[in-house]
Amino acid sequence: MSAWRFLLLIPFIGTLWVPFYNHALPAVFGFPFFYWYQLVAVPLSAVIIFIVYKAES
Amino acid sequence: MDIAIGIFTVLLVLVLGLGFAAGRWRGGDLTRLDEWGLGGRQFGVIVSWFLIGGDIYTAYTFIAVPALMFGAGALAFFAVPYTIVAYPILYVIFPKLWRVSARHGFVTGPEFVRGRYGNRLLALAVGVTGIVATMPYIALQLVGMQTVIGGLGITGAGFGAHLPLIIAFLVLAAFTFTSGLRAPAMIAVVKDLLIYLTIIVAIIVIPTELGGFGAIFAKIAPAKLLLPKPPAGSGGLYSGYATLALGSAMALFLYPHATTGVLSARSSEVVRRNAVILPAYSLMLGLVTLLGAMAVAAGVSTMPQFAAGFKEFGTNFAVPALLIHTLPPWFVGIAFAAIAIGALVPAAIMAIASANIFTRDIWRQFINPRVTAGQESMVARLFSIVMIIGALAFIFALPLKYAIQLQLLGGIWMIQIFPAIVFSLFTRFYNGWALLVGWACGIGLATHYALLNHLAGSIYPFHIAGYTFPCYIAIATFIVNVVVSTALSPIFHAFASDRIHDVTTEADYG
Repeated sequence: MSAWRFLLLIPFIGTLWVPFYNHALPAVFGFPFFYWYQLVAVPLSAVIIFIVYKAES
Repeated sequence: MDIAIGIFTVLLVLVLGLGFAAGRWRGGDLTRLDEWGLGGRQFGVIVSWFLIGGDIYTAYTFIAVPALMFGAGALAFFAVPYTIVAYPILYVIFPKLWRVSARHGFVTGPEFVRGRYGNRLLALAVGVTGIVATMPYIALQLVGMQTVIGGLGITGAGFGAHLPLIIAFLVLAAFTFTSGLRAPAMIAVVKDLLIYLTIIVAIIVIPTELGGFGAIFAKIAPAKLLLPKPPAGSGGLYSGYATLALGSAMALFLYPHATTGVLSARSSEVVRRNAVILPAYSLMLGLVTLLGAMAVAAGVSTMPQFAAGFKEFGTNFAVPALLIHTLPPWFVGIAFAAIAIGALVPAAIMAIASANIFTRDIWRQFINPRVTAGQESMVARLFSIVMIIGALAFIFALPLKYAIQLQLLGGIWMIQIFPAIVFSLFTRFYNGWALLVGWACGIGLATHYALLNHLAGSIYPFHIAGYTFPCYIAIATFIVNVVVSTALSPIFHAFASDRIHDVTTEADYG
């Protein structure tokens, strides 16, 4: 169990605290903030898991 | 529609044939349960990616989540945070379950629990929870397939209209019997290639036809575009949304079919790497959800040619209608085949996973302890057929409502085995009987609150010290489960410790 694993808390905080992202603006390519924020959070969370995976391998 | 039906039929027949051929793939002795029911624990990173992805992103993904977007709006997007936080959970927890299971030959989650506590009844509770939660889930896959068959114009209440679905699932039962987990593993590759193709085309072509994403979102009612701001003194839909995402993620890999997918990997390393690459499916799920918004913008619900479909299938018909309206018929054939095959893969794995549990945790424990390896595999094969035919019978007796609610009800029960499986991977603090009492409290309360909601919703407004906290029932009742299990464990250990029954050692988890 390494300290790197605390990084894995970031996806939980970033996507489960709704006030962070329940806005229409700023919109990107016509996507309201609510939608693109959560879509972008998917690859970012994967990158975080990858970092932890690399650090632990 | 004839060309769509033609392409749809050819693809389905091809895939069903593949199911039978799969039995010989990386040949194993299919009279052994871990060969039939876990594919011999030999799948590498790529096959596991297709298998687990094809397993947990089901036809439900492509029909019910955009249907919720179509009907309820922003709430449906909980599917995205749900499938984001599921992967840190997979990464931290399930490589451990893989290691201890491979070392002791466990084929199911309940087997691990029995090995850890020597408690047959606790394992039975965990196993039965899985089988009962899986049954409506298989039925949900049938709903997905029924909707696209309806989209092809084959509708009605008569036997003829149900025939394609019945044939497909009888063939599914047959190749599940002969090939075991190898069949859905092989089919999952074809299914997901078709699914990715469909989504990429749909997400490029449809917004172009509708004038871009800006124009699509502009047509969504403002009240549905975002989550409503909570009223004073309440968590509103904010707490509902977050707890729904978290609770669904915690339950996800506890479902028998998901656990089976994880345990069929070649190594715990394969599981860890998949926690990094499986989110590709989550991104796709987010895009699929937006098809619901596109269906609103296209105005398919008021088009006369789709009136019959919406009448029969409700909002579940939104995506099929959108695809028919915007894409050429030959591509509709491919897209619908992708969805239909997307129903077959998880249905097969769910039937296999339930059969593994029935065999190892019910038959061998309570009915015939002297069962031989060959008999064991035969019991599992027969039970997989019972599951598939049972789901088929279930679907013709059940009205088509929001299919997603069925899945959410399953999650409310599934999360109650979280302490028994997940906590037990990290600590031996708990006592098996305490976990059983905690499980019973959790299941009982969860069912109670779901009934208060008339089984129509899974978020319940809990009142705590004058504050209203709308919470996914699974999370609230899980907390009660944990408190009870934790409080009772030291007491039960003091009177009758079950630690001596633990067949695992510290090194098994490392």
